[in-house]
Amino acid sequence: MSHLRRLTAFLFTTEIALCAMAAQDLAADNAAPAQTVASVASLDSGDTAWVLISAALVLLMTPGLAFFYGGLVRKKNVLSVLMQCLMMIGLITIHWVICGYSLAFGPDIGGVIGGLDWAGLRGVTGEPGSYAPTIPHNVFMIYQAMFAVITPALIIGAFAERMRFSSFCVFSLLWATFVYAPVCHWVWGEGGFLRKMGALDFAGGTVVHINAGLAALAAALILGKRHGFTKTISPPHSLPFAVLGASLLWFGWFGFNAGSALSAGGLAGSAFVATHVAASTAAFAWAILDSLHHSRPTALGIITGAVAGLVAVTPAAGFITPLGAMGIGLSVSIICWLSVTYMKPLLGYDDSLDAYGVHGVGGIWGAIATGLWASKAVNPAGADGLFHGNPALLVIQLKAVAVTAAYAFVCSCLLLKLVNLALPLRVSEREERVGLDLSLHSEAAYTLID
Amino acid sequence: MKYIVAVIQPDKLDAVLDRLTEKEIHLVTVTSVLGRGRQKGVSEVYRSHKEVGSLLRKVKLEIAVNEAYVQPTIEAIKTAARTGDIGDGKIFVLDLAECIRIRTGETGGPAIG
Repeated sequence: MSHLRRLTAFLFTTEIALCAMAAQDLAADNAAPAQTVASVASLDSGDTAWVLISAALVLLMTPGLAFFYGGLVRKKNVLSVLMQCLMMIGLITIHWVICGYSLAFGPDIGGVIGGLDWAGLRGVTGEPGSYAPTIPHNVFMIYQAMFAVITPALIIGAFAERMRFSSFCVFSLLWATFVYAPVCHWVWGEGGFLRKMGALDFAGGTVVHINAGLAALAAALILGKRHGFTKTISPPHSLPFAVLGASLLWFGWFGFNAGSALSAGGLAGSAFVATHVAASTAAFAWAILDSLHHSRPTALGIITGAVAGLVAVTPAAGFITPLGAMGIGLSVSIICWLSVTYMKPLLGYDDSLDAYGVHGVGGIWGAIATGLWASKAVNPAGADGLFHGNPALLVIQLKAVAVTAAYAFVCSCLLLKLVNLALPLRVSEREERVGLDLSLHSEAAYTLID
Repeated sequence: MKYIVAVIQPDKLDAVLDRLTEKEIHLVTVTSVLGRGRQKGVSEVYRSHKEVGSLLRKVKLEIAVNEAYVQPTIEAIKTAARTGDIGDGKIFVLDLAECIRIRTGETGGPAIG
């Protein structure tokens, strides 16, 4: 995000007079201010407010995802999926505070990982940090925490309805440490090698979606199919829940993408517009594809299209025009539709809720599409893509995709195998038949009698 | 006394209830059920994958009647639920040994009402 920081710095110089005035006001308000005038002067209350709200919006995506996934599983497993998502909020937040944030964003070690200087959030205070000069460091940290939470939660879609809860918790902790934190550092951390290479990832196409998508593929392959797949698996138990969840995801995604501007200005506006246009186009396109192929547009189709559009626009959001966003939305819908319609049955794995088919495939396409549609006219801190006369960016994007995808897949496979040595990954066949809600949590989602 | 059980297409429920009301047959219990017969499943499509359910959604009606109402009830269901396609359902007629109205303790024909 160096381009972002440079842009924010540039915007900042134009607003310096305003900030200085604000600083004087603040200094007058605080009889004994602990802050220095210089640090107060660089904070921008508008930027801070927007990133705080964005953090809350991104948090909402995880419960949104829980309902999206929860609606798609069978009645007997809905609580297990909600539990897994909610547990990610608890567990990964603790991990983020203790070491996750420092490993991802702390002082660089060799371009591959952050040091532990900020472990326990030492030194992460209300003063601005180096990542975002106009907002407090702790605001940047908590905003990033929400990304760290939702990324492992996305993987759940691949192993839903059959993974043991304890194994899931252990795997997620290891994954956050050995996959999320390093990849996050490579792409976004100061000194990270993909960042230095010039790879563009505005809001997490690589870090979040390719990363989680490839881990999902690894999980689907290693855990194996659900019993009865594909013959006796019942259809989604509550599509209205899935629609509600997808809608919450769409809403929260404005914080995810527009919040990644780390400032409340034109760049955030541009990312907001691109996000919405891509999601709308992809949703519409999926409905058309369903109509052409099955003669009926479907509710599950339209929300899947919307999510695919949101995934693909994520790395590109701050670098593309609204028409570019439309191109990304249309193309990702076609690609993801083909992947869940033809590729999944062809390869025969049970990626139960299409975490790889939508997040992996859509994320990869989004990163490539950024190399096509990115424009310096939209964001001078970015780069021009192929459609704007610069094929070099496409090559860089492809390299970043290859490195992230390979690392995420291989490392996730190893971690799953490792966990399996100590704890079985799967529930017993009987537990699976009874359903994870009753067998793992002693709860049932729906009562039969009032 | 007979106990009439009918399994019909869900979308024909309203028509059957209307016809029963016309014939002054008010006592009826309705349940949403799954079942199967010779009719193949209605296919549902989820993310491009057709799922032909082996069990179909049906509605089950249970009606207790006195002898005089047996034929009118059968007639009402038969005419209102019929489309002529496979899957219209079936009507079963069982002997009813006893009926007791809980509120008054009445038994037999008067209890059916």
